[in-house]
Amino acid sequence: MNADSEANGEAKREDRAAPPASTSTKEPLLEMRGISKEFLGVRVLDKIDLDCHAGEVHAIVGENGAGKSTLMKILVGAYEPTEGEIRIAGEVQSFSHPLQGQHAGVAIIYQEFNLLPDRTVAENIFLGRELRRGMILDRGEMEARSAEILDQLSPDEKISPRSQVGRLPVDRQQTVEIAKALSLDARIVIMDEPTAALAGHEVERLFEQIERLKERGIAVLYISHRLKEVFEIAERTTVLKDGQLVDTVPTSSVTSPELVRMMVGRELDQYFPPRGDPEKRGPVKLRLRGAGNDLLEGIDLDVHAGEILGIAGLQGSGRTELARAMFGADPFERGALELDGKEREIRSPRKAIAAGIGFVTEDRKSEGLALAQSVRDNVALAWRGLTRALRREHVLKTSELVEAVELRYRSLGQEVRFLSGGNQQKVVLAKWLATEPQLVIFDEPTRGIDVGAKAGIHDLIRGLANEGVAVVMISSELPEAIGMSDRIIVMRHGRIAGELPPGSTEAEIMFLATGERDIATEEPAAPDAEGPR
Amino acid sequence: MSTQPAPVPEPPAEAGRSPSDLLRTAFGVLKSIPIVWLLLIVMFVWIANADANFLTPSGFLLYLKRAAPLAILAIGAYFVLASGEFDLSVGSLVTVVVVVAARLSDGDPSNTVPVLLVLFAIGLAVGLFNGFCTTILRVPSFIVTLAMLLMLSGAVFLWTGGAPRGALADNFRSIGRDGVEGVPWIDQIPYSVILLVAFAGTAMWLARGGFGRRVLAVGDNDRAAALSGIAVHRVRIATFVISAMSAVLAGIILGGFAGVTAQVGIGLEFEAITAAVLGGTLLGGGRGSVNGAIGGALVLTALFMLLNLYAVDRALEQTFTGIIIVAAVAFTAFRERAG
Amino acid sequence: MTGTVKNAFGTFARTTSGPVYLVLVVVFVICFTVVTIDGGTFLSVDNVREMLVNSVALGIVAAGQTLVILGASLDLSVAYVISLSSLIGAETMDGENSRMMLGIGAVLLFGLGVGLVNGLIITKLRVNAFIATLGVGLVIRGYIEANYAGPAGRTGDDFRKLGFESWGPIPLSVILLALVVAGVWFLLRYTGFGNRLYAVGGDEQVAKLSGVRTHRVIITAHVLCALAAALTGLFLASRLGAGSPLVGQEATYDLQSIAAVVLGGTYLLGGRGGVLGTIAGVFILAMLDNTFDQLEVNSFAKDVARGLIIIAAVAAYSVRWSKRRRRQEIAAEGGLPPGGEPAVAGGGVAR
Repeated sequence: MNADSEANGEAKREDRAAPPASTSTKEPLLEMRGISKEFLGVRVLDKIDLDCHAGEVHAIVGENGAGKSTLMKILVGAYEPTEGEIRIAGEVQSFSHPLQGQHAGVAIIYQEFNLLPDRTVAENIFLGRELRRGMILDRGEMEARSAEILDQLSPDEKISPRSQVGRLPVDRQQTVEIAKALSLDARIVIMDEPTAALAGHEVERLFEQIERLKERGIAVLYISHRLKEVFEIAERTTVLKDGQLVDTVPTSSVTSPELVRMMVGRELDQYFPPRGDPEKRGPVKLRLRGAGNDLLEGIDLDVHAGEILGIAGLQGSGRTELARAMFGADPFERGALELDGKEREIRSPRKAIAAGIGFVTEDRKSEGLALAQSVRDNVALAWRGLTRALRREHVLKTSELVEAVELRYRSLGQEVRFLSGGNQQKVVLAKWLATEPQLVIFDEPTRGIDVGAKAGIHDLIRGLANEGVAVVMISSELPEAIGMSDRIIVMRHGRIAGELPPGSTEAEIMFLATGERDIATEEPAAPDAEGPR
Repeated sequence: MSTQPAPVPEPPAEAGRSPSDLLRTAFGVLKSIPIVWLLLIVMFVWIANADANFLTPSGFLLYLKRAAPLAILAIGAYFVLASGEFDLSVGSLVTVVVVVAARLSDGDPSNTVPVLLVLFAIGLAVGLFNGFCTTILRVPSFIVTLAMLLMLSGAVFLWTGGAPRGALADNFRSIGRDGVEGVPWIDQIPYSVILLVAFAGTAMWLARGGFGRRVLAVGDNDRAAALSGIAVHRVRIATFVISAMSAVLAGIILGGFAGVTAQVGIGLEFEAITAAVLGGTLLGGGRGSVNGAIGGALVLTALFMLLNLYAVDRALEQTFTGIIIVAAVAFTAFRERAG
Repeated sequence: MTGTVKNAFGTFARTTSGPVYLVLVVVFVICFTVVTIDGGTFLSVDNVREMLVNSVALGIVAAGQTLVILGASLDLSVAYVISLSSLIGAETMDGENSRMMLGIGAVLLFGLGVGLVNGLIITKLRVNAFIATLGVGLVIRGYIEANYAGPAGRTGDDFRKLGFESWGPIPLSVILLALVVAGVWFLLRYTGFGNRLYAVGGDEQVAKLSGVRTHRVIITAHVLCALAAALTGLFLASRLGAGSPLVGQEATYDLQSIAAVVLGGTYLLGGRGGVLGTIAGVFILAMLDNTFDQLEVNSFAKDVARGLIIIAAVAAYSVRWSKRRRRQEIAAEGGLPPGGEPAVAGGGVAR
C-alpha cells in the first residue's frame, strides 16, 4: 500500500510540473515589461520582464535583496514603477494604490499573513468590501459566500466563516488568505514564501489548493527559497539577481545546482567550513538532564567546548524555546542544568551572561539590536560594568571586535539601522564576543542574509568553535544544519526526538522531526526505511 | 569580504576655496548643529530687539533664573522620554512640593532643612511608585502618571482648599530668589542657576556613561536590551526617580522665585516634554540629549518672555506650548522618516 | 445540558468584555453592602436615578473615546472640548429658547472642527495621538483661560429641561445616553465603518493593504469622539444653566473616559472591545463615586482611590492581555505543550 501511494504521489508530482496544454499558445494573462524601480537614486530593479499565463504556476527565485518583493509590490500597486508597463489580459494597467491592483484582479498572500486575528473569517475575507443591505452590514450574505469559497478550496477541512481567525491553525489561516484572494475575483495570485510556516502534509494541502486555482485559470506567481517545491509546482521559473533578470526557464529544463548558480553566479559546492575533529573537542560545557518548562519536556543534552551542536526540527518543535531556556529568558522549571560540571540555575539573561553564555537571537532587528544607536553602542550593549576608566580600553576593544567579525561599516558612530542584514548580524556577534562567552547559542544565524554573506557568518561560527567556545546552532535550513554541525539534535513537540551523527541526510533529520515515514524529500529513501508491506 | 580600516576624519579641503565652497561648508556646519540652538539664536536676536535690557548681564541672568526650573524639569523629562515613557505628574508634584513646604515650614527658618528632606522623600516615593506601576504592573506610563497627577492634585486641594496655607521661610525662599553676591561684572550669580549647572552636570555625566546608554537602548528596543542583559525595569524606575527629583528641585526654586500658589505647577509637564522634544528627544525613546533638552527649555522660556513683551495673555502660553509641541513632534517625525 | 451552559459561559468569559460584567456585579454587591451598613440607601429609586444621571456625562464622552481607542488612537483633548463646548453653547443660547438650536449647532460645529484637527494632525502630520490631542487640548485650554474667568453664558429654560426633566420615570438625559450608546453599538457592529475601525485598530498595515482608507477611518473616529465630548459639554451646560471653563477638567474626563473604556475590556492598543463594556465601566465608576459620596469620604481620598483603581484595572487587564498574546505566540509555533491543549494557533511567522 505504501509503494502504491508512493507511485501515485510520484505521478501526481510529475503532472504538476507539466504545463497545461492551453498555456503554450495563448497570450499571457500577465505581462510585465521593462519594469524598473528607483528609490532615492538607487536602482533596485532594472528592466525586468516577466509574464505568466492563465493557469500557470510561475516561480520567482533569487537571493534576499534580489528584488523579488519589490517587483511584487509594484505588481500589486504598493509601489509605482519608475519605468516599464504592466498588462493584464492585454490591457495596460497603472496602479498607484494597492486597492487599484485589487480591482484589476491582483492578489498577494504575504509570508506574514495579512489577517486580523481578532476578527472572524468572513470579516477578514470581506475587509474593505463589506457587503451591505442599505447601510447595514449583511453578515449573513458575507458568511454564506465565505463558506462557499472555503468549501471549494478546502472541501475536507471545514472552516467556519464565524471562527476567529487568530484561533485557527496556521495552515487554515493561509487557506483563509487564499479564499480572500478568490473572493476578490483575483486573476493573478502571488504567493510570497507560502510554505515558510507549514509542515510537510500541510504543504501538500497547499499544493492541492494551488491546483484548484490553476483549474480556474488563475495565474499563480510563486516566490520561494525552497527550490525543491519550485521544481514540484512551477512550470516556469524566473531568476532575479541584484535587481536584474537573469533568465526565465521552463523548470523541467534545469537542475537545482544550475538554478542556484543563476541566483548567485558562482559555484557553491564548498558551502561550509570543515567540521571539527570529534577527538579534539573539549569537555562538557553545558549539561541538561530532564530539563523542562511549560513548553519543553525531558531535555537531556550535552554541549562540549569546541563543538557545534546543531538543533533541527519543524516549526513549533521547541528549538527557540530550548535556546531561550538555556539563556534564562524563559527559564527551565524542572530538571538539572550543569555548567562546567557544577549545577546552576539560570533564571535571567543577566545571569546567563554572567555565566558566560551568549544568545544570537532569531530576529536581530526586534531582539538583537538597538537600531537607532551606533555600532559602538550596540557592541557595548551586553558588556556591563563599563566604567570611565575602562572606556579607553573599550574603544580599542570595539575596533578589535569589529575587525574580528570583518564588519563593513562607515564609522563606529554610524547608526546600526543603516547596515546591511549581514553586517547587522555581525554587530550582534561582536556584541556577544565582547562578553568573552564560553557558550554561544545561534538561532537561525543566517536568516535574511544573502548567500554571499552567509559564508562569512559560517566561517565566524566555526572559528568560534575552533577557539574552544561551545556552540549551539538552530537552523531551519537543512543543508546549513548538516553542513555546519558536529552533531545534530532533532526536536519534536518540545522534546528531543533523537541525535544524529555529522553528515546525516535530510531524510534522516525529517524522519526524526516528523515521526512519520512517508515524507518526500530529494534524497532517495534509505532501503530499509521503505520495506515491503 | 574586505574590511575597511578604522576611518580617519578627512582633512579640511585645502585647494581651490571658491565662494561656493565656503558657502557649502558653512551650510554643512549649520546643518549639523541641532536645530534647537539655531532657534535659540533667533530668539535672542528677536528679544534683544524688543528689549534692550536683555543683553545686559543682569537682564540675561534674570532670563536664566526664569529658565532654570524649566530646564531642570526638561532634563528629567529627557531621561523618561529617552527610555520610552512619559511622566505627566511632574507639574502637580511641583505644586505639591511648594504647598507642602509652605505648610510644614510655616515661615520658620529652622524647619527648612528637615522640610527639604521631606520634599526629596516625597519625590523619591512618587518616582518609585510611577516606576513600579509602569514596569512591574505594566500599566502604560501615561495612565500611571495621569492617575498620579489626579492623586497629587487631590492632595493639593486637600491641603489648601484652593488657598495654600502657611508660608515659606526666608532661607528657603532665598534659594529661588537670591544668589552669590558681589561677583565682579554681573553682580549676582543666582543660586537657581548654580543648581541648574550642578544638576545638568550630573545629568550629563550620567547620560554619557553606561547608564545613559542603557536608557537609550531601553527606549530604542527594550526586548533587545533585556536579551542583552540590561535590567530594563531598574533603568526605567531610575528615570522616573530622576524625573521626580527634578520636579522637587524645580519646585524648591519656583517656590522662592514665584511664591506659593496652588497653580504654580500647572502645565509644567507639557512644557518640559515640549522642551525635551525641541531639543531633539524622540518620543518613544532611543534618541536625544541632556543639553538639547536644556536648549529647548531656553528656547521656550525665551518665547514666553517674548510673549510677555508683546503683552500677550499669560494663559496663551499654554496655547503656544500646545502648538509648538505638535509642530516639534511632527518635524522630528518627518526628519526621522526622511533620514 | 450543563455542558453547553458551561461552554457558553466559558466562551463568554473569554470574550474581551466578559470580565467587566463580573466586576460590575461584584462592585455592585460591595457598594450595596457598604452603603447599607453605613446606614444609607443604595438601591432606592432616587439613588439609582442619581447614579444614572451622573453616568450620563462620562458615558457619552466614554462612548466616543471607545471609538478612538478601538482605532488604536486616543483623545486627550476631551476635557477641554467639554468645557469650551459648554461655554460656546451657553453663550450662543444667551438665555433665549429660540436660540437653542443655534447654540447646539455652534457646539456641534466646534466639535466637528476639533475632531477634524485632531484626526488630521495624527494622520497627515503623523504625530502620535497622545501628543496631538494633548497639544490641541492645550491650545483650547489656553484660549479658555485667557478669555474666561468663570462661568459664562446662559441656557434657555427649554434647554435646561434636558438636564432635569424625565419621560415617565426615566430622565431625558439617560435616554440621551442610551441613544448615544445604541448608536455607537450599531455603528460598530452593523456598519462598514465599524468593521473597518476594528481593522485599522487591529493592524493598520493589514487594513491598508486590504484597501481600507485608514486615514479616513481614523479621522472619522476622532470627529465622532469630539462630537461626543461636545454633546457632553452641552449636557453639562443644561445642568448648570451656564457654561463653565472648568467643568471638563474638574471631573478629569480625559482620564476617566479612558479608564471606563479600559475597564470595559477594550484593548488599549486597539482592534478589540466594544461600547457595552465601556458603559459597564462607567456604571462601575458611578457606583463607586456614589458610595464615596454617601460615606462622605473626603475628596482627596476619593481622588487617590480613583487613581489607584484606574491603575489597578489597567494592570489587571495588562496581565490578561499579555498572557493572551503569549498564548497566541506559542500556538503560532504549532507547539504541542507536553500533555497540554491541542495545537490552537495564531498567525504570523512561526519560529
